[in-house]
Amino acid sequence: MAVDMRLPTVSKTVSLSVSAFDRKDLVVPGDVITSDTGFMRGHGTYVDEEKLTASVAGEVQRVDKLICVRPLKTRQVMSPKPFNGEVGDVVVGRITEVQQKRWKVETNSRLDSVLLLSSVNLPGGELRRRSAEDELTMREYLQEGDLISAEVQSVFSDGALSLHTRSLKYGKLGQGVLVQLSPSLIKRQKTHFHNLPCGASIILGNNGFVWLYPTPEQQDEEAGGFYTSLEPISLSDREVISRLRNCLLALATHKVLLYDTSVLYCYESSLQHQVKDILKPEVMEEIVLLTQHKLLEQEG
Amino acid sequence: MAGLELLSDQGYRLDGRKATELRKFQARMGPFAQADGSAYLEQGNTKALAVVYGPHEMRGSRSRALHDRAVINCQYSMATFSTAERKRRPHGDRKSTEMSLHLKQTFEAAVMTQLYPRSQIDIYVKILQSDGGNYSVCVNAATLAVIDAGIPMRDYVCACTVGFVDETPLADLCYAEESGGVSSLALALLPRGGQIALLQMDARLHQDHLETLMEAAMTACKGVSKVLDEVVRQHLREASMLTRE
Repeated sequence: MAVDMRLPTVSKTVSLSVSAFDRKDLVVPGDVITSDTGFMRGHGTYVDEEKLTASVAGEVQRVDKLICVRPLKTRQVMSPKPFNGEVGDVVVGRITEVQQKRWKVETNSRLDSVLLLSSVNLPGGELRRRSAEDELTMREYLQEGDLISAEVQSVFSDGALSLHTRSLKYGKLGQGVLVQLSPSLIKRQKTHFHNLPCGASIILGNNGFVWLYPTPEQQDEEAGGFYTSLEPISLSDREVISRLRNCLLALATHKVLLYDTSVLYCYESSLQHQVKDILKPEVMEEIVLLTQHKLLEQEG
Repeated sequence: MAGLELLSDQGYRLDGRKATELRKFQARMGPFAQADGSAYLEQGNTKALAVVYGPHEMRGSRSRALHDRAVINCQYSMATFSTAERKRRPHGDRKSTEMSLHLKQTFEAAVMTQLYPRSQIDIYVKILQSDGGNYSVCVNAATLAVIDAGIPMRDYVCACTVGFVDETPLADLCYAEESGGVSSLALALLPRGGQIALLQMDARLHQDHLETLMEAAMTACKGVSKVLDEVVRQHLREASMLTRE
């Protein structure tokens, strides 16, 4: 078997232009941003002896009187650390615990999210009453380790999310591939569910979890989103999914925003390479460059 | 080790440094993509790797969760090949447990834990090669990792060990000096405000000398903070260039 080996190389040092050196808007923890008291304290800052001070390393952003520091790398765009969901966000998550009338879901956020038994569609239609038996058989619907797609229903005061799956498009996820990326890479869109023309479907969760799965032929309405097909997936479908997964990783490494068009263009650009070669740094760079060109053309 | 001369008449130490000179720093932020924050730091021959995860939901016993701030969970370990004699247990022995506790206390003073109630922040530090000043190198590496993770801190935490030989304070001790019977002191400082996050000394020292030793430790820590600052700013510039494109 041919093995691809490479020697450790010094990571390419980015040639810094002069402008980068005297950028005043980059701060590190403890830097005083302003001693003017007329400003409002935003994320990534704190007040120390009446001076507005940075608490993270990143760019200063000023909106009117509000000053924030945006860290360059966190699990979330604006706020310090993880994914802070908003109502209506689509998330992909993993069940970590089954509790009284609720499931706990890991969604890449600071605290585990909650999925209440009353906010899921149980098999048998929407108008079904929830009985005590349903509470006892919760584990039959969703158990620890299961993946689900859901929508944020509300945000609790402590920042934890309450989810719901009250639509046929949400529910338990069956066969597919999960890719965990940074939430800041997911572009907010009208819909986060896409049936890509290359033969697979994708759920771009706002929390940075992306689910790739073969496009379902027909939705079974009766199952209420808990039915998972265990039919074998054809090799060609699996290849498409693997290719998409590597494409996502390539895009994420080069910090390209993810949405249906960028993923699709990246997929098309990668077709001349083998699936396993996509992850090689030089191939990755080539594919991403091609994708960016296509995206620019489409925009311009 | 009576024969070993820690400070020569000309004012040079065993490894050729001056009394107040720090060892050479080499640092990298973000060597791991999987972790939320990571850093690698070499201080002379002491090499440490720090990884930060979180803040995330409490793992393990949920009863440890604090309702008004985050819990910081530290683990210090030494690679089995890090010392001259092979170590049996990489972590979990008394010394490591104590070190973990010290790290935890240090970072509780610096990280703004009150922003993340009921959560947990994990800091794992591993010594890959040990040549004195393990605690301080761990603190410095962990600081870089926490900054890389984007977790808010009041200030950098900079640490340095300082010893006292022939009425002269020596900054940033190496292993030979540490084991040479020097009374040494480890200090973790928030340099801008001059607040002390942790101060540790388990050797005997005359009271009159404490003042000078502390003074030297503070200066050394501020020197460390300058180096760390340069590392972080360089990293910031590079990262901001990448994201600008």
